[in-house]
Amino acid sequence: MISPASLTELRDAVLSAPRVIAVGAETKPRLSAVDAVKISTRQLRGITEYDPSEFTFTALAGMPVREIIAALAEQGQYLPFDPMLVEAGSTIGGVVASGLSGPGRFRFGGVRDFILGVRFVDGMGRLLRLGGKVVKNAAGFDVPKFLVGSLGRFGVIGEVTFKVFPKPSTTLTLSLPYSAGTMARIANSRFEAAALDVLPGSETLLVKLGGPGAALEVLAREIGGQIIDNTIWDEIRETPWSYKTDITPDQISNFKAAHVSCGGSMAFSHTLPARGMTLRGDAPLWIGGRPCFAIEAAVKQALDPQQRFPTLDD
Amino acid sequence: MSAALERLAELLPPGRLLVRPVELAAYESDALTAFRTRPLAVVMPETAEEVIAIVRLCHELQLPFVARGSGTSLSGGSLPIADGIVIALNRLNRILKLDPVQRISVVQPGVINTQVTTAAAPFGLHYAPDPSSQTICTIGGNVAFNSGGAHCLKYGMTSNHVLGIKAVLATGEVVEWGGGSRERLGPDWCGLFVGNEGLFGIALEITLQLLPKAECFHTVLAGYRTLEQAGDAVSAVIASGLLPGAIEIMDALALEAAVAAVHAEYPPGCEAVLIVELEGPREVVTIERERLDAILVASAPVEMRPAHDADERMAIWKGRKSAFSAVGRLSPDFIVQDGVVPRRKLGEALRRIAEMSHETHIRVANVFHAGDGNLHPLILFDGRESGALQRAEDLAGRILKM
Ligand SMILES: Cc1cc2nc3c(=O)[nH]c(=O)nc-3n(C[C@H](O)[C@H](O)[C@H](O)COP(=O)(O)OP(=O)(O)OC[C@H]3O[C@@H](n4cnc5c(N)ncnc54)[C@H](O)[C@@H]3O)c2cc1C
Repeated sequence: MISPASLTELRDAVLSAPRVIAVGAETKPRLSAVDAVKISTRQLRGITEYDPSEFTFTALAGMPVREIIAALAEQGQYLPFDPMLVEAGSTIGGVVASGLSGPGRFRFGGVRDFILGVRFVDGMGRLLRLGGKVVKNAAGFDVPKFLVGSLGRFGVIGEVTFKVFPKPSTTLTLSLPYSAGTMARIANSRFEAAALDVLPGSETLLVKLGGPGAALEVLAREIGGQIIDNTIWDEIRETPWSYKTDITPDQISNFKAAHVSCGGSMAFSHTLPARGMTLRGDAPLWIGGRPCFAIEAAVKQALDPQQRFPTLDD
Repeated sequence: MSAALERLAELLPPGRLLVRPVELAAYESDALTAFRTRPLAVVMPETAEEVIAIVRLCHELQLPFVARGSGTSLSGGSLPIADGIVIALNRLNRILKLDPVQRISVVQPGVINTQVTTAAAPFGLHYAPDPSSQTICTIGGNVAFNSGGAHCLKYGMTSNHVLGIKAVLATGEVVEWGGGSRERLGPDWCGLFVGNEGLFGIALEITLQLLPKAECFHTVLAGYRTLEQAGDAVSAVIASGLLPGAIEIMDALALEAAVAAVHAEYPPGCEAVLIVELEGPREVVTIERERLDAILVASAPVEMRPAHDADERMAIWKGRKSAFSAVGRLSPDFIVQDGVVPRRKLGEALRRIAEMSHETHIRVANVFHAGDGNLHPLILFDGRESGALQRAEDLAGRILKM
């Protein structure tokens, strides 16, 4: 394990071995369970820039998300997509590479929708800066988005820039009996729910609302159900799920034992699904295979011709 | 007829393969009319299969091609390549699917932006990205340019709403990335494709996410004596912790254009007009509007005009959205720039643009998406004057570099 302490050292680390893979806090161990020298980002810590009035921050890849959340909270801001495994120590670089978003993805989008820029080292040891540091960034190929979910197979992320939002003054959680109809009614409504999850067992629907407290109470009465403690979201966030599957709401009935998140767009499970990605354990990384096109080899060739990083199928 | 044209003629009937100069004229440029190139031919496929066959032929013959939607690109994106062909996608204009429960729509690339929202409206849904050109530009063009609009502070740009893409790449390979789910596994290929500026392939089917239409809006127009005051008002709104759907600034020349075009009316004697819009459930907006109004009152505007109903709101946006095309009434030609400046540096940027405009005697109108720091200087010139284009381009270059 090599632990570079600067982006220059990160570059040297990539070039120091024929086969390397970046790791953060290894909260999703299966994603980096490959035969390669591990480059740990744990010494790449710190928020390098934070400008609350621009709604953006830049941090080194090994920065624990927990510390970022705390720094943002001091300024009344937050990452709306609810990063997972925060107390477990997940790093912001790992959040990007794993592409893992939490329940808050429902309202404003996931990791991919909030990342603005990256600095990363490709397989040839080039330290590249792509994307930008401003909220709207529309010039050139959007490589930062491409790196979301890329599992360190195209480069090692050294630094990331994110967009943030002002945090709603109040949060309120409702629990009500789940049915597909109830879920659709709330998803497509005036309420603008922040999150909409189904607990394992497919009996309980959770609704998160954010905004001025007085308004939320009125909305809650109209939605129905019981007001419960907001801490349930922390439990969901910290559960070390083994598998993640991307789904559509009509597939919820196939995931009765799973935690269904984001209005029926993702399922987290402990039992092997028919299709999905393994986060921990020995199952294949891609359960049920994955679509692959010739262009992928071309992009790999452009960024990592010597396959210094494993491929997505290793 | 060249060999390439003969091969194209095998793929398409004569009416959909344009080769005569009079027919090609309309395709010589996009909305950046300062540049024109006559292509070898224009092809008008009607199905995805035809597009695929055309691209594969281009690959085989090494024939350059440029995809084209409505040709409203302001940066030469759909400018033809001499000796190459233009693939006009307007006839692939069907909405293939609209699922109100999953809140998605699958469209062909030639579908016009607003048609998606029109189709979704009966279900209380809408398609969020709203470029000013939304009544004419295509989803294919939006995808290529990752177009955004006034509301992209809160909801992002095209890329944030594309869930899936089927495309034919320049190699002829047909790819399908993403799909109906809002989440995906593995690298974000859709994210890489959107914003490719026509350089990655041709989108054939695009899956879009739809959002519930906001129940309630509070739209305020405020006029300021100086641009700086308008900029300060933006900072105050941002600092308050509110998340408006849109924050826009128009300068005096942009206002003049909107007045000329749609008879918009603005408070007199203002160097800048600020538009701020809150949206959400009525209970939320009722509380937040009081805060917003208090912040704006404290920013000492010349006048504040909240929209009292949907018509007044539409009138505010009509003026703002027409500002671009309306500049055409002030000047025969213009170049639009698209830059991003940090919000806190907006005042400085506008002051320097004004200085350069003064020095060079070239008029510059400014529209600013203050929410996300996106500044659009419109540089006015008369292409019939010798050297005018060159001078306008020089100024454009200087503004970009400042
Ligand atoms: C008055 C006016 C206002 C505007 N306002 C805005 C604004 O607010 N925000 C904004 O972002 N832009 C704005 N624009 C710019 C322009 O409208 C957008 O870039 C729009 O997305 C272009 O769409 P189009 O259909 O006209 O595409 P075209 O101009 O025809 O093409 C644009 C690019 O897309 C490529 N392309 C077209 N179809 C496809 C396809 N199916 N697959 C792959 N590539 C394709 C072309 O090759 C080209 O590179 C404005 C333009 C005008 C004239």
